[in-house]
Amino acid sequence: MIRRLVLWLDDRLGAASFARRALRKAFPDHWAFMLGEIALYCFVLLVLTGTFLTLFYTASGQDVTYSGPYAPLAGVRMSAAYASVLRLSFEVRAGLVMRQIHHWAALVFVAAIVVHLLRIFFTGAFRRPREINWFVGTGLLILGMLEGFTGYSLPDDLLSGTGIRIAYSVVLSIPLVGTWLAFLFFGGEFPTPIVIGRLLVLHIMLLPGLLFAAVGVHLAIVWHQKHTLFPGPGRTERMVVGSPLWPHYAMKSVGLALVVVAILALLGGLFQVNPVWLYGPYNPTTASAPAQPDWYIGWLEGILRLAPRGDIQLFGHLIPGIFIVGVLFPGAFFAGILLWPLIEHRITGDDAPHHLLNRVRDVPWRSGVGVGVLAFAVILTVAGSNDVLARFFGVPVEWITVGLRVALLVVPPVAGYLTYGICRDLNGGAPESARVGRWVRLRRSATGGFEEVEPDGPDRGAGTAERRGH
Amino acid sequence: MDGVRRQPRATGNASPGRPAANGHGRLVGTAFILSILASLALTAVYAVGGQPQLEGALLAVSLGTLGAGIILWARDLLIPEEISEEREPEPSPPGMRAAAETALQMGGRQLTRRTALSRLLIGALGALGLAALFPIRSLGPGPGRSLFHTQWSAGARVVDNEGHPVSVRDLEVGSVVTVFPEGFVGSPVSQVLLIRVEPGSLQLRPGRLAWAPDGVVAFSKICTHAGCPVGLYDASTHQLLCPCHQSTFDVLSGATPVFGPASRPLPQLPLEARADGVLRARADFQEPVGPGFWDRP
Ligand code: FES
Repeated sequence: MIRRLVLWLDDRLGAASFARRALRKAFPDHWAFMLGEIALYCFVLLVLTGTFLTLFYTASGQDVTYSGPYAPLAGVRMSAAYASVLRLSFEVRAGLVMRQIHHWAALVFVAAIVVHLLRIFFTGAFRRPREINWFVGTGLLILGMLEGFTGYSLPDDLLSGTGIRIAYSVVLSIPLVGTWLAFLFFGGEFPTPIVIGRLLVLHIMLLPGLLFAAVGVHLAIVWHQKHTLFPGPGRTERMVVGSPLWPHYAMKSVGLALVVVAILALLGGLFQVNPVWLYGPYNPTTASAPAQPDWYIGWLEGILRLAPRGDIQLFGHLIPGIFIVGVLFPGAFFAGILLWPLIEHRITGDDAPHHLLNRVRDVPWRSGVGVGVLAFAVILTVAGSNDVLARFFGVPVEWITVGLRVALLVVPPVAGYLTYGICRDLNGGAPESARVGRWVRLRRSATGGFEEVEPDGPDRGAGTAERRGH
Repeated sequence: MDGVRRQPRATGNASPGRPAANGHGRLVGTAFILSILASLALTAVYAVGGQPQLEGALLAVSLGTLGAGIILWARDLLIPEEISEEREPEPSPPGMRAAAETALQMGGRQLTRRTALSRLLIGALGALGLAALFPIRSLGPGPGRSLFHTQWSAGARVVDNEGHPVSVRDLEVGSVVTVFPEGFVGSPVSQVLLIRVEPGSLQLRPGRLAWAPDGVVAFSKICTHAGCPVGLYDASTHQLLCPCHQSTFDVLSGATPVFGPASRPLPQLPLEARADGVLRARADFQEPVGPGFWDRP
């Protein structure tokens, strides 16, 4: 039966030679290579659960009076959107578990992308010829965050409404065109009843479409370029080693997908997330404290909280401080990430293609930069919860803010420099000129003379990077 | 099989048929049976009315055991195999590259030879693109002057959440209440905080003391940082705190920012109290309320 189907297909597509190569494609086994897969499976699950949720969601800011079974909100006026989320949570069978799985999957989706990105960064997997996939991957991160933010906004509860409020103010702050942009997107001055419908279009059509396209390109390029490898005995730049796609890798990957979804189901079932009924409907004249966005928005919230006053008056015009920290800063941050392969190439001048990965210690200066930027982002994320921390430690929130301002300036350089030093020590602390030689000797002893070290091996690349790094 | 060679791993992994493999087989089988049972239980839970925690947990067991079974199968029951595959070189072979380049150029030259036509084509595409941009204008009204005024006007009575007029008598020193212009209860742009302090303690800008009859001051409730409603008033320090990014405003000096990211004071609404004690606005705010924007003076 299957044989007949295969023959039928090959008669029409002539795909046997492709299939034979594809089924015997080598996939390296390393846990770090699963991070991107986890993100992928989260995405699939998000599409599935999201489709279910869409069937019950009303994207409308129209005023309604709640008459459902959740007693604390009985008789409260709210938007139809918020009411539909309450209905989904309390009246639709399996609705709440779907909603919570969807939310958990979104949190893990962005987390998996970020950790995947860090893995790629610290192992140098973005170097030639993989720059394009780094660009696409950065795009996926940005799209994922936008997708998360728009989805978070849809329930129209007090927290998410406040988030939209801040987003509106950030758009409004853009010089010259800000008011126009804000009025066009929101359909007038905040708050407008139609914006929720527009956010839904972004959330379930435009952004997922872009995500699908970018994921497709990302995977196609990985497929074509083949995986990177960690250096090791018998590993060379020209060969990729691993288990075959069929059946070994396919089974492991399907198994991983199921386990990922299982964990998300467990989280969604047992761990409450975003209980919008506790926040109440959005009301533009009240705000709750403390207010927390989803974790991946925390750093943007944090910079808004830490930045000192910074309005600029210019020729009778105003450039609000939130333009600088809410638009320019994230723009520069993402530009830095996006362009990193080109920046590093500028610094090292390394033009050779690399398929063997660096270990974190191999390029101390890059690892130092990475840890520094990571520390910076982590401190900002912490700052996004400064009111929670103040409450927790029982100190005035000003103390936390001032302390974090200092930490933001001090910790990243220190952490970066320490990382640099540790990596250098792990490499033996030898003078830089001697390191290339040391490296090659070490590798030879590790391979036991089994294979020659190629001249364009990772050691040489790292050594070059090191030399030109300062 | 070009470029692909088998390299049996030199580990002591069990192969099928060995007793160890049978043990693994039993494990995998058990996992699948557990998965079946969990799925059946899941259906049952749903059928009797559903329960979020159980649904999540059962779904997790059903998928988790299925996944674990498959992974164990792949790890322990398949013949371990490590293959290596040659990478294709990234730049295409030089000949191929040149040929592709030529094909591109040959085709392009056919187009560019007709200079006038190709320019017109570009023009047509550009015009089409421009025309296609115009529907964006349908998305919303232009901002106009709408950010510069609120619904407050001269003589508008100050009402509370329920629409009741507020008079000085209703307010004790140290109290704070959110108010709106009459007829616009709940208005997001016109929301105002009414605070009563000791009249002598106010240090407002010259001329503005008259805006605060009997020590009742009115400030726009919309934070000048990013527009959150400034909700928290500490009567002992006379400070207003914005819950969003903790901008703090000193009420006595005219709601000037003393901490946090907000740069501008909360705009003050000119108030007056007529003989009946009911508070009214003398006029609209003298400056735009809320977060900053380019055209703001
Ligand atoms: S909105 Fe008030 S401090 Fe940011």
